[in-house]
Amino acid sequence: MTHASAQLMRTGLPDAEAAIRTEDLRKTYKTSRGDVQAVRGIDLDVPSGEFFGLLGPNGAGKSTTIGMLTTLVLPTGGRAWVAGVDVVGDPVAVKRRIGVVTQNNTLDMQLTVAENLEFRSRFFGLGAREAGRRAEQLLDAFGLADRRRAMATDLSGGQARRLLIARALVHRPDVLFLDEPTAGLDPQTRVNLWDILRVLHDQGQTILLTTHYMEEAEALCDRVAVIDHGRVLAAGTVDDLKQSTGADTVITVRYESAVPDGLAGKAGITGRPGISKIETDGDQVRVFTREPDGVLGELVAAGARDGLHVRDAAQLKPSLETVFLTLTGREYRE
Amino acid sequence: MATSTNLEAPPAGAAEAGGAGVAALITEAPVPHPTLARTFAAMMAREFRVLRRNAVATFTRAVMQPLLFVFVFAYVFPKIGGGFMLGGAAGGAARAGAAASGVNFATILVPGLMASMLLMQGIMAVTFPLVMEFSWQRTIEDRALAPVPIRVLAVQKISAGAVQSFIGALIVFPIVLLVHASGQAPSVHVTNWALFALILVAASMLTAALGLLLGTIMDPRKMQMLFAVILLPATMLGCVYYPWSALHSIRWLQILVLVNPMVYMSEGLRAVLTPELGHMPLWAVLLVLIGGSVVFGYLGARTFRNRVLN
Repeated sequence: MTHASAQLMRTGLPDAEAAIRTEDLRKTYKTSRGDVQAVRGIDLDVPSGEFFGLLGPNGAGKSTTIGMLTTLVLPTGGRAWVAGVDVVGDPVAVKRRIGVVTQNNTLDMQLTVAENLEFRSRFFGLGAREAGRRAEQLLDAFGLADRRRAMATDLSGGQARRLLIARALVHRPDVLFLDEPTAGLDPQTRVNLWDILRVLHDQGQTILLTTHYMEEAEALCDRVAVIDHGRVLAAGTVDDLKQSTGADTVITVRYESAVPDGLAGKAGITGRPGISKIETDGDQVRVFTREPDGVLGELVAAGARDGLHVRDAAQLKPSLETVFLTLTGREYRE
Repeated sequence: MATSTNLEAPPAGAAEAGGAGVAALITEAPVPHPTLARTFAAMMAREFRVLRRNAVATFTRAVMQPLLFVFVFAYVFPKIGGGFMLGGAAGGAARAGAAASGVNFATILVPGLMASMLLMQGIMAVTFPLVMEFSWQRTIEDRALAPVPIRVLAVQKISAGAVQSFIGALIVFPIVLLVHASGQAPSVHVTNWALFALILVAASMLTAALGLLLGTIMDPRKMQMLFAVILLPATMLGCVYYPWSALHSIRWLQILVLVNPMVYMSEGLRAVLTPELGHMPLWAVLLVLIGGSVVFGYLGARTFRNRVLN
């Protein structure tokens, strides 16, 4: 009976299928210069086994969101569940079920590489001998075996990241959180880390990753939420986002002086099929279109007829970057 | 035949070796069952590992101050004679009081230096690492993610600091007993070991709790203030170099120093080590040491939690 009712309770929890769920999650920091709304009502629903990305520029509220999901930041509004457990109601139970790779290097600098894994395993209840075995297993898997006796301070940036990820996995967490895992790494190291994360995902590990690198989200994530100024602007698969926002190709032409009214009309592109939006702003014209052929040339030519010289021009193929541009009207600031 | 089958096996496994290794550790790892006691014990084990690794540095830190103090006060000064002005100034009223009751200065110093060492070690062991953990990389987040409530982490920090503080006081003991000029041996005799242990433990907890509170409220950029504003006045006005009773000739000071927790540590140790010297009533000592540990521990744990969770 006890077992059955325990089962019932588990399934009775809000959306037991979801690895991560938030409802109108908010965080407002009180500072001497007034309130700062870091997160303004975020709704997420990440099923088990998904590789989910929170994408946004620095200061968008990604780290605050991950902080609330990992119990280190107290929400000021809304609710959140991780592995079916309320993050505010039972933070200890949440901490048992999550692995966290923080943005900073939070390795224990007083310990060796192996000891970092051993003690973390023991914090999570393994006996000393078991913890030693677990550490060896992880050191081998993460290619750190020859560094096991090195102090954590002596690791390179890439090795430290690998150790941080290994350490987050000692207790087989239900959900792995990674906050900007590849920030500041060289391209080769980044690609190596991506490979590790892909393997973890293939094994069914639920992963939530924050990143401000578009290509990282595109390369890894099943689904992405684009966030800025503490709000989710759009969420879905990368393909869905590209489709739904309608911004297929973005063409930007910047002239040497202010653009006169009606330039786009003179260029003959206003009525064209496939064009969803034309923006004129100061010295630049930006066209969002599904049929980009010839548009750039027309804009340059039309400008030349008016004596406007082109300073620079860009044609961006559909990508998360164009999605962001469409959603916010701003260049993506990394 | 068997050989050829092996040779024909696809070499995919080799390329996937790293990946397979990562994969295996997810499916083959034991699922741990942390309990509060296990996690706490593991955190203490971590402290002892670090302590052992830094044993030489920690030991040197614990030995140098008391060694130099007793060398100068219990060896150099008696040798160069009481007429030497500096000696008279440093000894002050204590020497007068001590001489009256037939006690030498080393006897006064034994409990005083132990108390001073308790405070020093308690703060060194808790405050300094804590300030580091909260600044720069915020390495505190590592421990904060362990599966225990944040206040348990605070209690663990106090416990670990108290152990170091306790060890620091024990190291002082042989030094002050052994280093002195001939005929200047301190007269120390512990009559009540249980009370001695109780006072040492309570004093260790109090300094570690103070260390936690200071570590969570100190601005890291103003760490040098710690010496000027806390450590130095606490020690100089903490009845380290003179018994509290000797302050009766400066009544306002005798009352003022009662806000200093150091006074109760010095006097408590005086009560159990050198009872022939006048000391503060034991009930007052125990009340402040135990009550202070609870109050500062509570306040420290609260500010700690506020700093960890934002």
